Amino acid sequence: MSKHLGGSQIVCEALLKEGVDVVFGIPGGAILPLYGVLSQYPDLRHILSRHEQGAAHSADGYARSTGKVGVAFATSGPGATNLVTGLATAMMDSVPMVAITGQVGRAAIGTDAFQETDITGATLPVTKHNYLVMRADDLGATIHEAFHIARTGRPGPVLIDIPKDVFTEMGEYNPDAPIDLPGYKVTGKADESQVEAAAKLINEAERPVILAGHGVVLSRSWGELKEFAEKTQIPVVTTLLGISSFPEDHVLSTGFPGMHGMAYASLAVDQADLIINFGSRFDDRIVGDAKRFSTGSKKIHVDIDPAEINKSIQVEAPVVGNIKDVFAQLIPKVKQATHVEWLRHIEHLKAEHPSLRIPETERLMGQHVVKALSDVTKGDAIITTGVGQHQMWAAQHYQFKNANSWLSSGGAGTMGYEVPSAIGAQVGNPDKLVWSICGDGGFQMTLMELATAVENNLPVKYAILNNNHLGMITQWQGFFYDGDYQAETYTANPDFVKLAEAYGMKGIRVTSQDELESAIAEANAHNGPVIVDFVIEKVDDLYPMIPAGQSVQELIEDPN
Amino acid sequence: MASGNGIFQRTISALVQDKPGVLARISGLFRRRGFNIASLAVGRSEQPGMSRMTFVVEGPDEVVRHVAAQLDRLIDVVEVNDITEQNIVWRELALIKVAAPTAIRGEVLELTNVYRANVIDIGVESLTLEISGGRQKIDSLIELLKKFGLLEVIRTGRVATLRGTLVEGEADGLYQANASNPTYVLPITTGESGSV
Repeated sequence: MSKHLGGSQIVCEALLKEGVDVVFGIPGGAILPLYGVLSQYPDLRHILSRHEQGAAHSADGYARSTGKVGVAFATSGPGATNLVTGLATAMMDSVPMVAITGQVGRAAIGTDAFQETDITGATLPVTKHNYLVMRADDLGATIHEAFHIARTGRPGPVLIDIPKDVFTEMGEYNPDAPIDLPGYKVTGKADESQVEAAAKLINEAERPVILAGHGVVLSRSWGELKEFAEKTQIPVVTTLLGISSFPEDHVLSTGFPGMHGMAYASLAVDQADLIINFGSRFDDRIVGDAKRFSTGSKKIHVDIDPAEINKSIQVEAPVVGNIKDVFAQLIPKVKQATHVEWLRHIEHLKAEHPSLRIPETERLMGQHVVKALSDVTKGDAIITTGVGQHQMWAAQHYQFKNANSWLSSGGAGTMGYEVPSAIGAQVGNPDKLVWSICGDGGFQMTLMELATAVENNLPVKYAILNNNHLGMITQWQGFFYDGDYQAETYTANPDFVKLAEAYGMKGIRVTSQDELESAIAEANAHNGPVIVDFVIEKVDDLYPMIPAGQSVQELIEDPN
Repeated sequence: MASGNGIFQRTISALVQDKPGVLARISGLFRRRGFNIASLAVGRSEQPGMSRMTFVVEGPDEVVRHVAAQLDRLIDVVEVNDITEQNIVWRELALIKVAAPTAIRGEVLELTNVYRANVIDIGVESLTLEISGGRQKIDSLIELLKKFGLLEVIRTGRVATLRGTLVEGEADGLYQANASNPTYVLPITTGESGSV
């Protein structure tokens, strides 16, 4: 049944039909007609971000933590370009998002009009798909296509650019029009022969390792992963983004491998005779030198995206399919096994290469903070992070109890992700405890979003691991640039407790190990947003470490 | 086909939705890798709303294959085939404006006939020739015309299609290496089957 509506109304009705209940955004001239009808749609909650990058990361955090499509609004020109980092972050980590941008009026497009940017051109490489909609009649179908593309197959961000006068044009909207995308194939079940070949390798393997990637989380297959691992008794190594896809207190849990992963995880991957990769793209932070990566193993690569197969690592058994479907196909075909000797060896690796030792010191280290957060919250919080040493300490020392409770910018490595993504996660999970583990560097890239948390009374807890340094930069300059330290020290950090108070938040400062638990408990008990300024040791190198492009042979465990 | 430095030319055929921006999406994936698109031909296909593109790119085999897989991922791309090693026929077309004053006009026309090119425009001092065929054929005519004075050379991209099957029940373009009657087997070169 077709409806005759204004363009803005078509956008809102189509969003509601897609199940959208919250949008993160900032208005501006070209998108004002859309904001002009929002009062007619009270079910579309709009959260006013303070910067469009924040809106995009909040939509991303909402999407990752709920499994729904995150939505962001921005205006033309700088509003739209400010989304780009957020889109690139979502693209690299396959996060379902739809961004709607205003564009200058149709007659002005291409004339360098005020606040005009060719945003569909600019975002070609950082979106799964994008649209410039030139007729109100096309709006409804485009929005439904965009959501279909964003959430199916390998998920990703889709941008829809709408000229100002298309918002105000009257058009036809048929909510039930079928989607017609002849060039878009959604991968479901895998080819049976591929599954058979994989099952054969699994049943023959003596030293198999599961490498569980973000695909397990995105397809919400953590239950199937556990069933598969327990039936076959195969140790589970997660990738950085696979963290929380497998319970970390499980006997088969074997940490995460790679550049700053646990040494025992990297060694297990190296010594395996079979790697069963579920939904990881063999990222360079895991693989290092591809020629020397786990040379003694055969590899099974289960991925929804055929373009990932044999991209960086040649595999013996590709399985192209949706992870959830593949588990359903594969589990009945694999035999129950014990792998007693191999699991004993893994236990031995864990004992010989503990990897998570915290320096014995009176001083306050980043690891102490994360360990205390893990203990006090009992691994029950949703954790978001930025990028750098604090991110790796969080990945190493927080013991995740719940599936899909780890939100981090893995592929893009976006500093500043931590502040707005936590807002999105809290909006999507109002009853859960959300802790954002921040570095003092990344925190200051997006801290304007604190106002968004206060305004919406979102009780996000921000833990700043504050060492007045870009910690990872300091470490790399020490390791690889002969200690020639440049632009690594922050000499003018604000007083973060006063900053919290200036925003109307609670601020707590922690300078010693003794204060950790009480401060965290105090933050948890506070019914509102909190900043805890953890003043940690100035310089502390992060271990284990496999330098970029190297292999497990160059692994530096802990020189101390 | 080797171009001399270990870089090979590959011919890729894509069926795409006829929508604005589709060429930018495709070329962007090659630009990202620093590949040159050696030739490109785009036109409406036999299917309504669909265009067919044939492009020739230069890059290491495995990288081109990976880019082809990424092309297939594009929403507007319906089908992609790297047809370099398949049994294809292909053609390019060139318009060549060559200096041809009366004194040498006969010699130019003689070459035109040998190469089965057509004269499509005659001026007082020049002739414009049309030639279609494989790249080498066109290259060699251009080379021979140089001494008369090339005024303008305009070449299209390559268009290619799989050969029709000569054996019932087989897919088009299938290389019949084991066909019962080997005389039906067409010679496969790496893309030069369009030559004279």
